[in-house]
Amino acid sequence: MDLIFLVVPIALALAGFFVFAFLWSVKSGQLDDLESPAVRMLHDDEPSARETPDES
Amino acid sequence: MINVSSSLLSDLACAHCGLPVPCALAPAAGQEGERLQAFCCSGCRTVYFAIHEDGLGRFYDLGRELDERQPARTTDRAYTELDDPSFTETHVEAVGERHSAVELYLEGVHCASCMWLIERLPRVLEGVTEVSLDLRRSVARVVWDQQRVSLPQIARRLDRLGYPVHPAKHLDLARTRRAEDRRQLARLGIAGALAGNAMLFAFALWGGAFSGMAESHALLLRGVSLAFALLSVFGPGRVFLAGAWSAVRAGTLHMDVPVAVALLVGTGWGAANVARGTGEVYFESITAVVFLLLVGRWIQHRQTRSANDAVELLYSLTPSTARRLESGAELHARGTEVPVAALAPGDRVEVLAGETLPADGRLLAGRAGFDLATLTGESRPVVLSPGEEVHAGTLCLDGRVVLEVSRTGVESRLGQLMQLVERASAEKPKLVQRTDRMAKRFVAATLTAAALTALLWSFLDPARAVEQAVALLIVTCPCALGLATPLAFQAAIGRAARRGILIKGGEVLERLAGVGTLLLDKTGTLTEGRLRVTTFEGDESVGPYVAALEQQVAHGAARAILAELGPVPPGFRAEPGEIASTGIEGRVWPSARAEARARELAIGSEAWIRSRAEVPERFERAIAAILLAGESPVLIAEERATVAVLSLSDPLQKGAREAVEQLEALGWEPQLLSGDHPATVAAVALKLGLDSQESRGGVSPEAKLDAVFAARANGLTVMVGDGVNDAAALSAADGGVAVHGGAEASLRAADVFLSRPGIGAVVDLMEGARRTVDVVKRNLAVSLAYNVFAAGLAIAGVLHPLHAAALMPLSSLTVVTLSYRSRTFDAEPRNPRPAR
Repeated sequence: MDLIFLVVPIALALAGFFVFAFLWSVKSGQLDDLESPAVRMLHDDEPSARETPDES
Repeated sequence: MINVSSSLLSDLACAHCGLPVPCALAPAAGQEGERLQAFCCSGCRTVYFAIHEDGLGRFYDLGRELDERQPARTTDRAYTELDDPSFTETHVEAVGERHSAVELYLEGVHCASCMWLIERLPRVLEGVTEVSLDLRRSVARVVWDQQRVSLPQIARRLDRLGYPVHPAKHLDLARTRRAEDRRQLARLGIAGALAGNAMLFAFALWGGAFSGMAESHALLLRGVSLAFALLSVFGPGRVFLAGAWSAVRAGTLHMDVPVAVALLVGTGWGAANVARGTGEVYFESITAVVFLLLVGRWIQHRQTRSANDAVELLYSLTPSTARRLESGAELHARGTEVPVAALAPGDRVEVLAGETLPADGRLLAGRAGFDLATLTGESRPVVLSPGEEVHAGTLCLDGRVVLEVSRTGVESRLGQLMQLVERASAEKPKLVQRTDRMAKRFVAATLTAAALTALLWSFLDPARAVEQAVALLIVTCPCALGLATPLAFQAAIGRAARRGILIKGGEVLERLAGVGTLLLDKTGTLTEGRLRVTTFEGDESVGPYVAALEQQVAHGAARAILAELGPVPPGFRAEPGEIASTGIEGRVWPSARAEARARELAIGSEAWIRSRAEVPERFERAIAAILLAGESPVLIAEERATVAVLSLSDPLQKGAREAVEQLEALGWEPQLLSGDHPATVAAVALKLGLDSQESRGGVSPEAKLDAVFAARANGLTVMVGDGVNDAAALSAADGGVAVHGGAEASLRAADVFLSRPGIGAVVDLMEGARRTVDVVKRNLAVSLAYNVFAAGLAIAGVLHPLHAAALMPLSSLTVVTLSYRSRTFDAEPRNPRPAR
């Protein structure tokens, strides 16, 4: 059971990685606006064919 | 966007916004080919075609909500000021080598479809890389390539889509607020991760406690848990320690104090036990307390929105540009467009019909009707001639005028008024949180209980005395208590929003749940906000002739008469003579043929007609009756004799009387506070069943503010209004409620905005607020009950860390469930929404 001395640090390192990822996403502003993205995703199902000529 | 009486409206719906189209604008059949497109105003027409030109017609398939419908507004401005180096320096940031980014405040953003439209801009305008809209703040961040497109071009395109652009103000304030938001969220995330991990390690320890565990393993797990607790308490939990410290130093108590005591004692005692290698540890409870309390704080922080300041309010009321005449130019010359900020006293500015005056000043040329409703709340237009004073924010209804600028921006009367709004909101009394009021007794109770426990156990088993006291302090930590209030408010605000009641913060609900004075604005709040013909007495054959003559004028009164007596039969031709603010005189022919006999008519106020025609006895009685009812008589004279009398009034909304009665039944004391004529106000009060002493007319915006201050001295005061002239009073009242259709300034100044028409929503609001406060009280009672129960276990000495770890989330979960399951704003509506 002494494996625990290896497993605990690994678990902590994993947890630390995800905490760091969360902090990065907060700092980069991904979580600033929690309302608009919820609405925005509803709009993304339009057929792309109709829009492509405009992008040229 | 002049209010048009309903019978002037055709049954066609505007192709852009879906509102009814005025008859005058309805296209004749077949005029525009197969598909008939009608528009309620030129703004909607421009936007509709702009959207289709850009291939964004899908906008109309997105299914916009009915409540959100409003006519579009475009301004045709050039936006050259956005290219100014000083603007670039303060507002634009560089992104990479070629791109720039800017935040723009967009007027007219209201729903998800708007977001779709605005964010499609990169597809239609080359050089724009990215547009992302923050729906809550109406602020769009635009990233563009400076070599391929200019900012004024982007602004003009957005304007043409119906979203006039303003530079986002207070970038510093927005930045500090965003930094604070991010800090709170980061704290919350760290606390959550620590709490979750501490709980995992606690499970391992409990497993070990039941089935046996090597001492070295237990030491490792307890050591790591201690590290979690230390990180949590002195990391994210520092806010509670700092709060408690400042409270103690200031000699007051609030809920941070018992929290800090529990955190410090629990961590300290736990650390000692880890060092000793024996005794219980409560690290999972400690980290959970920090996390759950931070959740409560975060919810509360997100509920409150920062108040808008005077400068921002001015945006919505005055145009951003003006057409200035060159110095030395003739009065009839065309002006050149300049930003309003560039106007100086002495400049001459040209204003066309339908435009809003950009500054205070004196009329130099032109004679036109003005809608002063923004400043005075009076719905009737006033005709002003050269030499007279006019104010910024006033709407010019007809004709072209030139004014000489005397005061601009915050110096103008409107600017002063908006500063009053800002000052009034700063003076709004702060409410002491219910939980903070409980803090003193709470601290006393837990400390006493802890002391008693220690005392009791020093007789029973001295070795466990400290252990049990510590357990009690931890387990009574006011965790659910911290969630009880914000959660209940959050749930209620969400429910209210679905019922068309938008509330700016939980505190407002707490105020509205009380009993006090209810100040009601009249025009637009209790009444429909537009004139109507209510009675007509006399020669009815005169009707079409009157309508033909009134068609020449754009006043609200003329429109009301036209709505009742019109439409004008084809062939009728009017030749107006004198047009005054109080009446119109002229000749009307029933057809274009030469032999048609013209009728010479004068239509106007009582005094105006008396000065030029006789009033027979039977009309004298009618006039007296109309005046008694608080309505305005309009006389029609033909060749020096009165032939008909009609009355104009702004009728009460359906259900207004019932709503006022219900509010009285709830314990509120309704009072009328209106800028309209005192006699009219008294008549409305009578119809509402209110004491005439409870109604005041002829009240200026400043006097409304004073009335709120006076009422506040006697207790809780709530103001309900719709106009700019109510804005200061709305922001000063304990609760400010802006009704449907109100001016944007009043919406921003108020704490609550009703997006559903009818005064009945105010009743729903008050009842909902009371139910919400009941939920808060129930939440507090439940969380206190948990604390008492847990304290009992600790005193009895049967409390295990496992109990504490289970009780704490359980109590919080109960509070969450109670908050979201309670009926606050979803009771059946009292006044069903009128069909439109």
